[in-house]
Amino acid sequence: MGAEPMRSDLGLYDYLPWPGRPRITWPGGKKLAVWIAPNIEFYEYDPPNNPTRTPWGRPNPDVLQYSHRDYGNRAGWQRMMAAMDQAGFRGSVSLNVALCDHHPEIIRACADRGWEFFSHGIYNTRYVYNMTVDQEREIIRDAFDTVRKHTGQELAGWLSPALSNNLWTMDILAEAGIRYTCDMFHDDQPMPVKVKSGKLISMPYSLEMNDVIVYNSQKVTPRHYGEIIRRQFDQLYRESDESGMVMCIPLHPYLVGQPHRIDAFAEAIDYIAGHDGVWQATGREIAEAYHASGAYDAMTAAAAKHAQGDR
Amino acid sequence: MSLPENYLDYPARRYGMDHDRYDWSDMFARKPITWPDGARIALSVVTHVQHFPLDMPAKPFKAPGALSMPYPDFRYFTHRVYGNRIGVFRILRLLAEKGLQTSFAVNGCIATRYPALLKAVVEGGHEVVAHGLDMGKVHHSGLSPEDENAIIAETLRLLRGATGQPVEGWLSPGRAQGFNTPELLARNGIRWNLDWANDDLPYPMRTSEGRLLAMPLAYETDDRVVANEYFQSEPEWVQQVKDRFDVLYRESADYGGRVMSLPLHSWVSGMPYRVEYLREVLDYILGHDGVWTAPVGQIAAAAEGQV
Repeated sequence: MGAEPMRSDLGLYDYLPWPGRPRITWPGGKKLAVWIAPNIEFYEYDPPNNPTRTPWGRPNPDVLQYSHRDYGNRAGWQRMMAAMDQAGFRGSVSLNVALCDHHPEIIRACADRGWEFFSHGIYNTRYVYNMTVDQEREIIRDAFDTVRKHTGQELAGWLSPALSNNLWTMDILAEAGIRYTCDMFHDDQPMPVKVKSGKLISMPYSLEMNDVIVYNSQKVTPRHYGEIIRRQFDQLYRESDESGMVMCIPLHPYLVGQPHRIDAFAEAIDYIAGHDGVWQATGREIAEAYHASGAYDAMTAAAAKHAQGDR
Repeated sequence: MSLPENYLDYPARRYGMDHDRYDWSDMFARKPITWPDGARIALSVVTHVQHFPLDMPAKPFKAPGALSMPYPDFRYFTHRVYGNRIGVFRILRLLAEKGLQTSFAVNGCIATRYPALLKAVVEGGHEVVAHGLDMGKVHHSGLSPEDENAIIAETLRLLRGATGQPVEGWLSPGRAQGFNTPELLARNGIRWNLDWANDDLPYPMRTSEGRLLAMPLAYETDDRVVANEYFQSEPEWVQQVKDRFDVLYRESADYGGRVMSLPLHSWVSGMPYRVEYLREVLDYILGHDGVWTAPVGQIAAAAEGQV
């Protein structure tokens, strides 16, 4: 695989403006699908370097950052899980699949609750940058095998490790049978992705509801995070009167599971769960409903029509 | 450039951690820890006393709080020194008013630069924790074991000599360690360290020189992190510290004793406009039954035999 020239657009989906789209209906007449995606991750103590991105800000071992993430797997996940249990949410786990080997106890606790597992790569310290297509196919195979072995589930979703991608990533995910990707942030509704084979959809997975972005990038206070979750929800809930939308809350137990943060979060998801029109779903269930209701075909047709200039 | 095939090898993919320093353990599944007199919370106040050299190196990384203007950076150099001239004494006065004996993490060079400061800390009944030689001497895997050992030994020689205390606790500048740091610390008589941010309880670490305890130090509610990395206000810091305490206090009813750590910096919380917010935090926490405040070494000693 030689070096390809850079492109000015991904070319992975057609533009389809929000007004006038085919109407989406969710199971049971619910208005808004809300799914929570805990990133259960393993960051390596001494990972190899990738020429495009170094795993840690400091030389290995970066014990402060390593141990900060490890907090999630020792303490934070229990608080996060208790808050979700309380509000009746099952998680869709964005899983670094090596965690099945490191911490099977955590995997078991999630599986026992009927949570879904989707792949977030092998480790969060291993990026797909500079991989060949075959190497990237190999980590997809590894993810399918590992999740099947430890949970009995067939992978349906994918979020690239540490949001690292190649231009061909979507094609080889679809080729392997992945049903939805979380790597793109262009919509509040699931949308078809143009791939060489299969039927891949882009699942709404909000960066701005993601606790890493909120806490580490935006420097938001824990109580204000609770506030923006409610506001995001209130707006989408109102808009879903017209057509079903999706709200995603991506989490990291090392952040939201800290003692100074968990209560504000727990109260926010309790608030969401208190609304009748909410469908507390998993990513897999949303993807299945999207296909079963005919939304995939309708959106594909609408996008094709729009692209042909029939606007 | 493509990645070599061995990028897909994972030699440490196995049960538990991907290193041998400590075992994985679920904090909520452990045997409950008990504190003296049945206390629910061990409050661990750790005030950082730091020296940032004017010529501090940028490689391989600067410790947080480092000077950031072009050399000679009088601006940040003197601002940090403010903490050692005024700020630390403001915190010491408040702790004395509250009758608290706590820990001070002190750069070794403070012993010779500001002996009066160290004397005030010791006379206040506080424990001195070794905080490296100075904030320009960060520990990392690029240091030879000999060079790193020399820094540790010199730090401890200075602090033990000046305080008369055994100095058995360690906090690395910037909480940065190399692969050898735990061994070198244990070899030099350190029994516990505050560098690892993965737990709300003490836990044992292995070194080839013997056992070391990891003691909790709250990274995200550290006064410097909230003020200088998150740019959040003092009332927002107070709220987060209170919320943190409330959750740990609640958990202690079902899961046993917890450690509530309160990391402070002489040049952050020692500011005139901030110190009364610290009083608000202390008043709130000390207003609860079952709070035991002690230097980290005493909390470590109470945990030994239980973890």
